[in-house]
Amino acid sequence: MATAFWSVNVIQHPRCERPSIASRKPSSAFLGSTLKLRFNPPSRSNFGFSETLRKSSPISAISDVFEEKKQKSASSSSSLLITKEEGLEVYEDMVLGRCFEDMCAQMYYRGKMFGFVHLYNGQEAVSTGFIKLLKKEDCVVSTYRDHVHALSKGVPAREVMSELFGKTTGCCRGQGGSMHMFSKEHNVLGGFAFIGEGIPVATGAAFTSKYRKEALNEADCDHVTLAFFGDGTCNNGQFYECLNMAALWKLPIVFVVENNLWAIGMSHLRSTSDPEIWKKGPAFGMPGVHVDGMDVLKVREVAKEAIGRARRGEGPTLVECETYRFRGHSLADPDELRDPAEKAHYAARDPITALKKYMIENNLAKEGEFKAIDKKIDEIVEDSVEFADESPQPSRSQLLENVFADPKGFGIGPDGRYRCEDPKFTEGTAHV
Amino acid sequence: MERDPCVCVMGEDVGHYGGSYKVTKGLAEKYGDLRVLDTPIAENSFTGMGIGAAMTGLRPVVEGMNMGFLLLAFNQISNNCGMLHYTSGGQFKIPIVIRGPGGVGRQLGAEHSQRLESYFQSIPGIQMVACSTPYNAKGLMKAAIRSKNPVILFEHVLLYNLKERIPDEEYVLSLEEAEMVRPGEHVTILTYSRMRYHVMQAAKTLVNKGYDPEVIDIRSLKPFDLYTIGSSVKKTHRVLIVEECMRTGGIGASLTAAITENFHDHLDAPIMCLSSQDVPTPYAGTLENWTVVQPAQIVTAVEQLCQ
Repeated sequence: MATAFWSVNVIQHPRCERPSIASRKPSSAFLGSTLKLRFNPPSRSNFGFSETLRKSSPISAISDVFEEKKQKSASSSSSLLITKEEGLEVYEDMVLGRCFEDMCAQMYYRGKMFGFVHLYNGQEAVSTGFIKLLKKEDCVVSTYRDHVHALSKGVPAREVMSELFGKTTGCCRGQGGSMHMFSKEHNVLGGFAFIGEGIPVATGAAFTSKYRKEALNEADCDHVTLAFFGDGTCNNGQFYECLNMAALWKLPIVFVVENNLWAIGMSHLRSTSDPEIWKKGPAFGMPGVHVDGMDVLKVREVAKEAIGRARRGEGPTLVECETYRFRGHSLADPDELRDPAEKAHYAARDPITALKKYMIENNLAKEGEFKAIDKKIDEIVEDSVEFADESPQPSRSQLLENVFADPKGFGIGPDGRYRCEDPKFTEGTAHV
Repeated sequence: MERDPCVCVMGEDVGHYGGSYKVTKGLAEKYGDLRVLDTPIAENSFTGMGIGAAMTGLRPVVEGMNMGFLLLAFNQISNNCGMLHYTSGGQFKIPIVIRGPGGVGRQLGAEHSQRLESYFQSIPGIQMVACSTPYNAKGLMKAAIRSKNPVILFEHVLLYNLKERIPDEEYVLSLEEAEMVRPGEHVTILTYSRMRYHVMQAAKTLVNKGYDPEVIDIRSLKPFDLYTIGSSVKKTHRVLIVEECMRTGGIGASLTAAITENFHDHLDAPIMCLSSQDVPTPYAGTLENWTVVQPAQIVTAVEQLCQ
């Protein structure tokens, strides 16, 4: 198992404009061939990555293995990729993510939430595929596109919706907002607005795990951290600095790249000299894996191995998930630059429909069970909106709380008392 | 580090090398390479790593080999260190200490002679302290490590060779309090870090000339100890601030505003503030001397103030 994971994936890059380049297996592992996808980058140059595809590599990529498995699966249920319970759990989680985000859009346009809201529609397979394999003590670090990561990790929909409405019952008491979802109970370490700034925090959480095991001698501490970030972040210094440190110290972390090909309006191909992000892993001494991020079962298999590696103390992994966001970058993005053909292509690879199809075809579940889940999720999301609506807005007294863990940090006032002892402090009107 | 196994150190050359100014000498041998971590040269990321570690239960002490290098970590210090406790609604505390040598040294050139206290002072959610003697360095360091808040501890490149007798028994100082260095009646001189020594040198001259200056080392750069400072202002009615920060937007500027706002009725003269010139610190020794405040200037300022 471990060896397969060290493979270098040389299947045709879906962005390649010359599908005739020789490769190991012509029918690529990705669900639905992407060879016909026409991309017309403005400069019309070849970007020069065709040479890299010719490099030989030892073993077939993990995605291939599962393509084969899937073809055989119809005959024997023992080689199915997922059990019924797991499948329904995964389906439910993805539907929760999708339904929640759709509701966010509605609420935003009705003026219930404000600011920058970044929706995750289309990428559910990555969040569910990875996070559903984690324990409660494992940590997740995300970016501003963090609602679904929080939900998958177990933060109740009510708390996330309240947070988006800016109410005190939100997971961050209304102080964080869409881009800063935190949960100490579920070990969601944020929610970061600047890209890349969460990756060192994730590295730190992984460092704590290793420290607990080796310096504090908690021998059974095997907590893993997942860092989610996008293709744009992979050109940022913090990404590389952390790849180095994580590999150097064999930290229990998985770097999950959600490559949805666009950083607001900047195409990944226009901003990156070598767009194959998974290749950057081996440069730092960790395996780099490319997986179809629209297929939750494939993501799950890769995730099992990567998380397993980290738990066993073998070090970090870089996983590049090819995925797509169905909506614009944020609710303020008119999304005019993306080719409708590209959008249609990925819409046809909707992870939720794909999983449902797989499960029905393999007799794992019936249509009725999916409908029941859909209804249940609808109710959960409606309830979360009601809860958020009825929750109170933060009062003034909340203004000065939580700035410091120890409010003595506001200092000593002219009267000799600590400012936090001033009764006006709890009213939120103290001069600090 | 012995008292609390969650305390760890991270920084460049803190381990095997013992620290660029030998602050962490001997610690790696005693506590191991994981608790005294030699990091690669990636300030933004290892500071962020320290923050992530602090969020998940450790108490890291992050060293900037020279304070100036922490400019590279500004993203993490501002966004994550200062703000995460608030944006997470109080869920995650960040008990990190960020420390390092800064200030103007001996002809180290502009980039190694920076005073970052003025750049960091606006960041909400952090505390800043500056140590100036072996006694307060130890006390403030302990307080910073034990504090639940993120603390930036400013040391000075030229003060590492000071020797002083300090108590054997354990002591911890308050992060928010200023230190009365020399009580007096005529004028309040507020200072911190290395300028304390220039002020004390000037004080000797002033005493010979018949003045009685009160010297306070403010120590806490953010927040200001307005009680100690205010009590002094109410007694002397004259304030001189002596700092190594740049004039524009420096600690002195903030302190002037705070004192004027709170104690303006008690002032007999406008507050005087002596700061470094708004100039990148030159290499040449003569020029460098003229960028920072010298004792002679302090004497002149007090004489002017007390007219």
